[in-house]
Amino acid sequence: MEKETNAEFAKARERWERDFHGEPVQDIDFTTVSGEQVSPLYTGADLAGFEYLRDLGFPGEYPYTRGVYPTMYRGRFWTMRQFSGFGTARDTNRRYHYLLDHGQTGLSVAFDMPTIMGYDSDHPRAEGEVGRCGVAIDSLRDMETLFDGIDLAKITTSMTINAPASILLAFYLCTGEKRGERFDEMGGTIQNDILKEYIAQKSWIFPPEPSMRIITDIMAFCSEHVPRWNTISISGYHIREAGSTAVQELAFTLADGFAYVEAGIAAGLDVDVFAPRLSFFFNAHLDFFEEIAKYRAARRIWAKRMKEKYGAKDPRSLLCRFHTQTAGCSLTAQQPENNIVRTAFQGLSAVLGGTQSLHTNSMDETLALPSEKAVRIALRTQQVIAHETGVINTIDPLAGSYFIEAKTRELEEKAEEYFKRIDELGGVVKAIEMGFFQREIGRSAYEYQKAVEREWKIVVGVNRFQLEDEKIEIPLLKIDPQVEIEQRGAVRKVRADRDNDKAARELERMKRAAQGSDNLMPVILDCARCYCTEGEIIATLKEIFGEYQEPPIF
Amino acid sequence: MARKIRVLVAKPGLDGHDRGAKVVANALRDAGMEVIYTGLHQTPEMIAESAVQEDVDVVGLSILSGAHMTMFPRIMELLKQKGADHIRIIGGGIVPEEDVKRLESLGVAKVFGPGTDTRDIVEFIAKTFAHAS
Repeated sequence: MEKETNAEFAKARERWERDFHGEPVQDIDFTTVSGEQVSPLYTGADLAGFEYLRDLGFPGEYPYTRGVYPTMYRGRFWTMRQFSGFGTARDTNRRYHYLLDHGQTGLSVAFDMPTIMGYDSDHPRAEGEVGRCGVAIDSLRDMETLFDGIDLAKITTSMTINAPASILLAFYLCTGEKRGERFDEMGGTIQNDILKEYIAQKSWIFPPEPSMRIITDIMAFCSEHVPRWNTISISGYHIREAGSTAVQELAFTLADGFAYVEAGIAAGLDVDVFAPRLSFFFNAHLDFFEEIAKYRAARRIWAKRMKEKYGAKDPRSLLCRFHTQTAGCSLTAQQPENNIVRTAFQGLSAVLGGTQSLHTNSMDETLALPSEKAVRIALRTQQVIAHETGVINTIDPLAGSYFIEAKTRELEEKAEEYFKRIDELGGVVKAIEMGFFQREIGRSAYEYQKAVEREWKIVVGVNRFQLEDEKIEIPLLKIDPQVEIEQRGAVRKVRADRDNDKAARELERMKRAAQGSDNLMPVILDCARCYCTEGEIIATLKEIFGEYQEPPIF
Repeated sequence: MARKIRVLVAKPGLDGHDRGAKVVANALRDAGMEVIYTGLHQTPEMIAESAVQEDVDVVGLSILSGAHMTMFPRIMELLKQKGADHIRIIGGGIVPEEDVKRLESLGVAKVFGPGTDTRDIVEFIAKTFAHAS
C-alpha cells in the first residue's frame, strides 16, 4: 500500500469493479454459514484506522489477538482431547486406555443424561437413559473405576458437567486423594457453565441464583486448594449447536463470561484470584474464515474488557484460552464418511485460530456414539494437521489478511452491539428469564433450516449430490441394555456397603451449609468421601434451592 | 371450517437438545397446523396426559439421548391405557436405522432422521392425518 497513492489505488479499484460487474457471477449464495454478507474482495481500504500494536500486538501480548502464548504451537501442540464416555465406568475406562495408547494427550468425560441431570441410575427418571449418551457415574466408586490405571497427577481431565459440577469434581478429587495425590497436583476442567445451560443446552437443575452461588463457591475453593483446575469452561459450543450464528456464539459466550466475573467480584473475590482459571469452549463450524476471525475476536474482546472494565492486573486474567470442538450440527447422517472431510476443515480452522485443545468429531456421530475406528480417524485427523500440514510452523499465519482482519473487527463490533442489548435488558440472567437468547437462537436455527430447504445453502449429500437408496455402511456402537441393569445394581450395592449413619450425617451437614452461606465444596467433598451418591446430594440440595422451570416457547 | 391438524411436539426424557423440536414446531405452525410444544424434560406420563388434554391428532417425539426404545413404546402404551391410541406417534432424532425399523414395527407412524426436510414432515402429517381435518 505504501508505494501507491490514493488516486492510483482508487483508479485501480474502479477498474477492477468495472471488470467484476461486467462479468457474469454464479447465481449462488455468497453469505457465510451464519448468513453474513461477504465482499467479493478485501483490500487495505477495509482496514481503515487499523493499528498493528493496538489491534493485534504480538503473541502472548495484549490484546492477544495473535494468540495467548508467545510460542504457540512451537512451544507445544494443542491438547488432543476426544470427548468420550458410554456405558459403565469400566467400558469407558477401556476406551480411555485405547485413546491414550493411540497418542491422545488429555481426557474428556462425557456423562450420561441421568448423571448430567443429577439422578442416580436406579431413579425412575433414569430409566432407558443409563450409559446411553455418556458414562454413568453415581458415586466416588464409579469415578475410581473410570480412572483405574490412569495417573491423575500426570494427565489433565476435562469433565462436561454443569449443574452437578461440584459433585463430580469432588468425586474426581477424592479419587486422586485415595491414591495419595494432592489436590494441588491435579489439573483439569469442569464445564460448570450454567448460564449456557439456561440459554442453549438446557441441562439445568437449580434456579440461576443458587446455581451462581455454587459456581462462586467452586471458584473460591479451587483458587485456594486446586490451583491447576479450570473452574468454568465458558461455552459457546452448545449455543452454536442450538442454532446460533457465529456472532451470537461469540457474543453470548463472552457475555456469560463477564457475568461470571461480575458474580465473582460481587462474592468478594479478587478478580485476579479466579479469572486466570476461567477458560472457554468454542465451536468450529464450517465457515472457515468466519471461524478463524471469531477466535481472534474472542481473544481481543476478552482481554480488553478484563483489563479496562474489570481492572484485572494479572496478565493470565486477560487470556481467552479455549478448547474447540468441531460442529456436530454440521455433520450429516447421509454419506457419513464425508463428515471426516468436514471435520478436518473445522479442526484446521480451530488450529489456525489458535486453540489450546481440540476435539474432532467422529464421522458416525449423527447416528450413534462413535465406534472405536471412527474415533481413531478423528484423532488421526488432528495428528495429520499437527504433523503433516505445516500450519504449526508459524504463529497466527492469517494475520494481516485484509479479509481476516476486517472480519475479526466486524465480529468484534457486532458482539459489542449484543453486549449493549443484553445490558439494556438488565444483564444475562434477566435476559435468560425473558427468553431473549432462546428466541434469538431459535430464530437463527429456523432461518438456517429454511435456507437449506430453499437450497440457498447447500449441504452435500443432503440437498445436493445425494445417493439414491443409500445404505449406511459403517458399524455403529451399541449400548447393551444390560448396562442399565448392572449399573442399578452397582449403585444399590454402594449404598448397602457404606456407613449409612455417616452418609446421612454428612448430607445433613451439607444441607445446613446450603441454607447458610458457607462454601459448599468442603461439605460436598465430605459427602463424596463417605460414598453419598450424586442423586442423594442433588436431592438434598433441591430441598433448599428448588428447581428451575423454563416456559416452553418456540 | 375444517379443523386444523393438531400436533403435540414433545421432548421425552432428560435430553435437552431442543433445536430440532423447535424447528419442526415452527415449520408445522407455518404450514397451518395447530402446534403445542411441551417444553423439556417430560416424562412419558406427562406427554400422554398432554396429548389427551390437548386432543391432538399426532405426537411428535424428539429425542437425541438414545432412550427412544424405552420412551416411544411407553408413551404408546400410556395412550392405549387412556383409550387414546388413535393418537399416532412420529419421531425424530438420533435413532439408528435398526431401531427405526423396530419402532415402526411397534406402531410408530414414522421416524425422521437427521437431515430431513421439514416439508417432508409436513407432507407426511398432512397426508396421514388428513381425515382429522
